[in-house]
Order: sequence, then C-alpha cells, then structure tokens
Amino acid sequence: MNRDNDKGKVLIGRTLVWVLIQFVLLLLIIARLYYLQVYQADQFSTMADENRISTRLLIPPRGVIVDRHQKVLAGNRQNFQAMIVAEQTASVQETLDRFKKIMPLSEAEEERIKKDLKKYRRFVPIKIKDGLSWDDVSKVLLASPEMPGIIIDDGLSRYYPFGRQTAHVLGYVSSVSENDMKKDNDPLLGIPGFKIGKDGIEKQFEKKLRGAGGNLKLEVNALGRVMKEIERVDGTAGENLQLSIDTRLQQKAYELYGEESGAAVLMDVNSGEILAFVSTPSYDSNDFAQGVGGDFFRTLLNDEKSPLMNKAVAGLYSPGSTFKMVVALAALEAGIITKDSKVFCSGKTQLGNHLFHCWKKSGHGALNVVEALQHSCDIFFYDVAQKLGIEKIAAMARRFGLGLPTGIEAGGEKSGLIPDKKWRLERFGEPWQTGETLIAGIGQGYILTTPLQLAVMTARLVNGGREIRPTFVRPDAEQLKNIRRISVNKNYLEIVKEGMCAVVNRPGGTAFASQFNYNGKRMCGKTGTTQVRRISMKERQSGIVKQEDLPWKYRNHALFVGYAPQDNPKYAVAVLVEHGGGGSAVAAPIGSKLLLEALKLDEEGK
Amino acid sequence: MYKPYKLGLHNPNLSFREKLYNLNVPYFLLISLLAATGVMMLYSAANGSWEGWAVNHALRFAMGFAVMFIAAMIDIKVYLRWTYPFYFAVLVLLIVVEAAGYTGMGATRWIDLKFIKLQPSELMKIALVMALAKYFHTTTLQSIETIRGIVPPLLMAMVPALLIMAQPDLGTALMIIFTTGVILFVVGVQVWKFVALAGMAAVLMPVGWHFLHDYQRQRVLTFLDPERDPLGAGYHIMQSKIALGSGGVFGKGFLKGTQSHLNFLPEKHTDFIFTMLSEEFGLIGGILVVLVNMAILAYSYSFALKTTSYFGKLLIIGLATNYFLYVFINIAMVLGLLPVVGVPLPLISYGGTVILSVTASFGIIMAVYINRETNLGKE
Repeated sequence: MNRDNDKGKVLIGRTLVWVLIQFVLLLLIIARLYYLQVYQADQFSTMADENRISTRLLIPPRGVIVDRHQKVLAGNRQNFQAMIVAEQTASVQETLDRFKKIMPLSEAEEERIKKDLKKYRRFVPIKIKDGLSWDDVSKVLLASPEMPGIIIDDGLSRYYPFGRQTAHVLGYVSSVSENDMKKDNDPLLGIPGFKIGKDGIEKQFEKKLRGAGGNLKLEVNALGRVMKEIERVDGTAGENLQLSIDTRLQQKAYELYGEESGAAVLMDVNSGEILAFVSTPSYDSNDFAQGVGGDFFRTLLNDEKSPLMNKAVAGLYSPGSTFKMVVALAALEAGIITKDSKVFCSGKTQLGNHLFHCWKKSGHGALNVVEALQHSCDIFFYDVAQKLGIEKIAAMARRFGLGLPTGIEAGGEKSGLIPDKKWRLERFGEPWQTGETLIAGIGQGYILTTPLQLAVMTARLVNGGREIRPTFVRPDAEQLKNIRRISVNKNYLEIVKEGMCAVVNRPGGTAFASQFNYNGKRMCGKTGTTQVRRISMKERQSGIVKQEDLPWKYRNHALFVGYAPQDNPKYAVAVLVEHGGGGSAVAAPIGSKLLLEALKLDEEGK
Repeated sequence: MYKPYKLGLHNPNLSFREKLYNLNVPYFLLISLLAATGVMMLYSAANGSWEGWAVNHALRFAMGFAVMFIAAMIDIKVYLRWTYPFYFAVLVLLIVVEAAGYTGMGATRWIDLKFIKLQPSELMKIALVMALAKYFHTTTLQSIETIRGIVPPLLMAMVPALLIMAQPDLGTALMIIFTTGVILFVVGVQVWKFVALAGMAAVLMPVGWHFLHDYQRQRVLTFLDPERDPLGAGYHIMQSKIALGSGGVFGKGFLKGTQSHLNFLPEKHTDFIFTMLSEEFGLIGGILVVLVNMAILAYSYSFALKTTSYFGKLLIIGLATNYFLYVFINIAMVLGLLPVVGVPLPLISYGGTVILSVTASFGIIMAVYINRETNLGKE
C-alpha cells in the first residue's frame, strides 16, 4: 500500500518537473520571438523589402543634336525589341527555342544572349533581337503565352540621319564596356543595351546628352510578377545640343571628296565656329549604334584609307607651302624683308655642298614676298628662312595655332609638331642643322600639322589676328568678346593676304584655275603639295616621275587653305587630299567650291 | 487476467446533467479561440477570401467541437475498458496504410475515406497514450523500476513508431517516441536509465543517419545552417525568419503581410501559419498565441492534479504532452530553432486530421476531468 502511495507521489512530482520544463521551453520561444522581432527587426524588414520591391531604372531619352539651322543630326527613334527575363521562365533554353520558331536567330546572336544571361542578374531583361517591325511585334505577342519570360520593350535607339557625312563630327554611341563601368558609376550603365557616346560630339558631350535616369519601384511577388507600382521618379531627359555645323555645307564637303581620302574644315573666321568638318572615307555612325561585329570593325581598321581615323584632328601632315604665310610674316616682323625686297630664284640654291631645288626647275627670277607667295617660290623662302632661323619661324607658327592642340570638342586630337633647336637636341641628341631650317621654310621636314590647325591658322591670318579657337558649339557673345589678339602688325597681315589673293586671282597664281567671282566676292588662298617620299637622285636623273605612276600611298598630299570674301573675310577653309597629287589641281578646287557654296547659302539666307 | 472489480468498472456512472455541470467551459473557450484565430489567418492566407481554406477550417472545427463534446460525455470507464482493443485496431490501420495507403506528398500517410483523409498515425498518438496509461495504471512502482516492467510499454510504442517512420513520417514518429519517453519519466522510471539510453543513442546516431531519407538529411543540415543553400532547402526557413522579423512588435496589419501575400513564405496556410500570424500581428500576436496555449496546458495539468485515478492522471499528462509537442515543435521550427519536420500548429494550421485528433484529445481530457472523482480501483 505504501508503494501505491509512492507511485502516485512519484507521478505528481515528476509531472511537475515536466510541466516546468514545458513552460521554460515556451518561454524560450517567446524570447526567440523577441530576438527576431525586436532585436533583428530592422535587418529583416530590409530583407523583406528587398524581396518585394524591384527597382527598375528608367532610361532618359538622349539629347538630340541639331545643326545651326535646327536640322536633326542625331536623334532617337522608336525601337521595338524582344527581351527575355531569365527568372520568369522555368527553362530559358525552351523559351528561346520557341522564339526561334517565330524569328530565327543567328549563332552569333545566340552566343551574345547566352553571354549576357551569364553577365547580368536573373531579373534583368536581356535583349534577344531589336529593330522589330510592327508585324514581328504582333507575332511575338501572339505567341507570348507559350513563351514565358519574353517581353517586348519599346525603347529608343540612336539614329543619325546623315550617317557617313557627319560621322567624324558626331562620333557614335555604342554598348558600355567594362572599362566604361569602372570609370563611371552611373547606374544607367548597368542596364543591358544602354549605349554611351564613344567618339566625337557624342563622347565629348556625353554627360549633357545622357540626362539622368529615373526610378520605378515595383512590388513583385516571389515569382517576379509585378503586383503594383509603388513609386515612380521620372528622370531628366538629356539636354539637346546645337552645333555650329551647317548640314548643307557638311554634305557638300563630303560629296566634293568623292572617293578621295582626306579632310576638310570650313570655319567662321570671326567666331571659330566650324560649319563643315569632314574626314574621308567615313563610316556610318548608325552601324555602330546598332552594334557591329568584330569582322566589320576589323575591315574598317585594316582599310589603308583609315575610315575610322578623324584625319582633320588626328591626321598629321606636313603643311608644305601653306606654311609659307607664317614664314613670310615672321620675316616681315623680323625686318629681314620688306614688301618690296626681292630674291632671285634660279631654280636652285646651294648650302654648303647641298643643293636645294625650287619646284620650278627653271626658276622664277626676281620676286618680292607677294609674288613669292603667288608662285609659291621655294627659293625665296629658303633664303628668308635661312636668315630668320628656326626659332623665329617656330614662334610665329605657334602664335597661329600650329603644333598646339586647338581644344576642339573631338576625341583623339593630335597636337602636331613645330620643331625648334631644343626639340632637335632632345629628340635626336644633335644640334639643329641650317639645312633643316631651309626645309622648314617651305613647310616640310619635321613640321607636322593637322588640317584643323591649318584652318585655324588661316582664320587668324585673315581676321585681323584675333586668336579664335575652333568649336562645334556656337559661342556666346561673352566668349566672342574675350578673344585675344595676336600681337602682330596689321600691315604685315595685309601683305600676306595680298599674297594669298594673288595666288588665286592673278594669272600665274598656283590656284588661279579655282578662282570665282560671286557678286564681287572672291576667294584668296594658298596651295600646298607635300612629298610623302623623298625623290631619290636616281629618279631625278631619270626624269620627272609622274605622280600617277606611283602607288597610291607614295603619291604627294594635296593641300589648300583659303578664305572668302577677299575683303572682310568671313570663312576660312583648309583642305587636305591624301596622296591626291598637286594642291593646285586637287585641293584648291574643293576649297573653292566649298567657300563659294558658303557664300551662296549666305546670300540665299538673306 | 481480467479483473473488472479491481479496475472499479462497477462504479456508478454520472448522469448527463452531472457531466454538463462538471464541464470546464473556459477550457473549451480557449480551444475555440485558437480555432477562430486559425479561421482568421486562413482568410488572410487566401488573400482575403472565405472560399476554400477559411470555410473548410471552420466546418472542420465545428465537427471537431462535436467530437470533443461527445468524447467529453463518454464515461472514463468506457475508455479504460476499450483501451487495448482501440490500440490494436489503430495498429492494424497503420499496417493497412503501409500496405495500400493513399500516397500524397511522396509519403504514405493517409487512408482515403472519401470525405476525409484519415491519418492513422494521428489516431495512434491517442491510442498509445491510452494504452500506456492503462498499462501503468495496473502495474506497481516496483515493476516500473525494473527493466522487465518497461519492456511491454516500450514494445507498445516502438512497433507503431517504426511503422510510422517507414511511411516515412519522421516528425510523427519522433513525437510518439518523445511522448512515450515523457510518460516513462513521469511514472517513475529511474533517470539513470534515460541517461544510459541517451548515451546509446549518441553512439548509434551515425548509424541512424545512414537510414534517414535524403530529404530528411537535407532538412537537418539546413536546420544546422540555413544559409547553406538559400535558394533550395534553406529558402523556407530564411523566408520564415524574414517574415517574422519584418513583422516587428506590432506587425504589418491584417492582410498586409508582404512576405506571405507575395508568396515568399511557403506553406503559409499549413506549417508556416504561425509565421504569417507573426508577420501580420507582430510580437504581440505571436506572444498571445503562445500564452493561450500555455493557458490550455496549465488547465490540462491542473485537471490532472484534481483527478483521483492514476489512469486519468496519466491519460491527461500524455495527451497534454502530445499537444505541447505539436505546439512547441511547430513554432520552434518556424523560428529556426528546430529542423523543418512538417508538424502543423494544431487548431490554426489548415488540415483535417490534426483538428480531429486534437479535439478528440481535449474531449478525452475533459472526460477525465468530469469523472475526476470516479474510483478506478487500486491494487
């Protein structure tokens, strides 16, 4: 009986222990609840929001680029594209296979899609195909129930109405590279298919043209389906940009080149505004904006006429005879010559035991500075250059912008080279040779300039020595007022201009054939022909080697700089035709036609 | 040897009025409160719709309430008399399930009775507690303290536990083993025997690991390190913790739980319903549910204290322990304190069998309480 009592007591005692354990365990649960919901609440709230809120960037429309008469040079047009969102489909491959039945995909396209799918996160839409027509769009939409994860996006894509003609001004937009992402942390760059300016104006004014991205906050469920829009912050559209380019002159310049390779710049001598700016052959900006394959790119790169190179700012050429104005000006300023000083040209001159030839073998006879420019006599400039010395020539050249970067809003500008004694010593460890001064006197030798620099030089020579800077953007009144003057005697400038006018308008001038008289408005200028290859003694002895007989890449470069009208100059032009032959025959006609067109358009505009 | 006299089966029955008079109304109210909470949460789980879960749950509880009331009105002597037949009947059912059960969720657990899918393992939880209560009612403390004395109850528990484990339903099997352990503890089996058993278990653990199904191993591993595989097995527990934590003190409001309504939370209407409740009603809601359950348990154990018969006391303790295990395992699981073993939160989670087994248990507890003065005889 005692044991029976014990049995009951043991049960009660042990049960109380068990009850205590249970209550402790339940209190543990409460403690855990407190820990999760009070102590860790903030952390988990953030995670819950990350789960449910999907933020999408809204791409701002890129700023439109227009010319000086509001004509669109770079715009945006509607672009329907089919995209795939990996997380919205059970099998990406299956969805793609079904898509291919509607619209075939090339192997390269599939490759790119697979690469993008790996590169971006699963909820990011990846482009499958763009440039879809209305017809394509409706086909895809019709089949979309069987293709989970496919969406149609009606984004904007960049469009260049003048394609090749404006390529070297505008550059192009293209896909973002990993390098771009490192340099710029704008989240817009993370959007697949987003394009940024890679060259030219598109690159230089990227920040302004791009605008700022907006935000779209969406509530999504666990499958990624959008339940509702929580918040929309609209971005800022990119700013529109007006250029100084006149599309009509730009087109004219491009057409004048035909198949030739070269560069031309037409600018306003008073403001530095560039009205036409071509480098040929060109490429189509649209090809790059739509995305080109490696093969396409390689073909362009390997072309001996370098279509990708902006020859107007990145092409370095000897200025040749177009440099003679600078030498003449330096000589006048140094007092070595006056307007009437004459030098006798016998066709050659000797320095030490080395002979220097004039381009005209028979010689020009005695001529003054104006005549020397008119006939582009080499002997005259050998003579004055020798008396001047390289330092004075170099200083004058730099004052007119040669050998220095112009600061133009284009990528890849080269500064060129105006050699002097210090440079010669540093570069070659040898002192300057007098013979080299003679060569420099006719714009050959070490001197290298860009076509744009030649245009700037011409503008500064004829605008009364105002130090204008070339620009694609129209400067405001304040900027125009602040243009500095080059300290140079105006009378000397007039002498040089007279020489330039003689080149075109006096019989015997090297560009006489290109002259025009448009309502009394005439052109002045200077031709130049530069050797690409030294003519050997053997060739000289065996007679004149015809340019046409040489392979293209050994032929001479043709140059012309000019301005119009004769009185009160308004436009300056620089023309370079690579391996084109003679400046008089090839470059001057282009410059002439371009200046005439500019004058005509002015007249029509009135 | 059957000795009706000694079991006090001759004692007079209570009248229906006496039974009603002795019934504890607050106990049933607390149970109904939990069921009502369940209906409310299922309404929310269906994104604010009565259709489906909420209505079904209410109907099932109505049925469960009837079962509870009827069970409460049955005389304790009837339970005592029919204990072993009931136990063996359920054991047969379990074997039938093994043989020709209805397969759902990859595990054989149900017998399809057309209108309800019967889970014999749920019935076994009650039957086993009854059988053990009867066994220890008639045995002596001396016998309990011998090895021989605990072999029959161990067999009674191990046979169904192994059958259930084979289904495979690890959660239920463990609950049965644990309940048996608690009963053995409270009747007075020496503590050193448990320690010895625990030691043996520790040694045999690697062997047991070998017999676990792959998904069960995954669950244990995931429990140990939820971030191990955040998109796979760990996803559930991670999303559950996010839902709970983001609920904060006051919750996001009824029908406003983002984790649950945007489907980040899996199984929100069954095993993870406590998470959803805590997301929408916060710490306050969660604690209230725990407190109501504590109150139900406190009532149950106080009933046991007031009961004179050993059978009655042990029956209540066993059934209350069973209920506690449900609640504790479920909540500890969604809080990331235990592995995800698939145990529902009784009365709140959606699911028919559990409501019936739990309400039947509460009915039996109430029957014991009503018959607390009944003498079931002593040796």
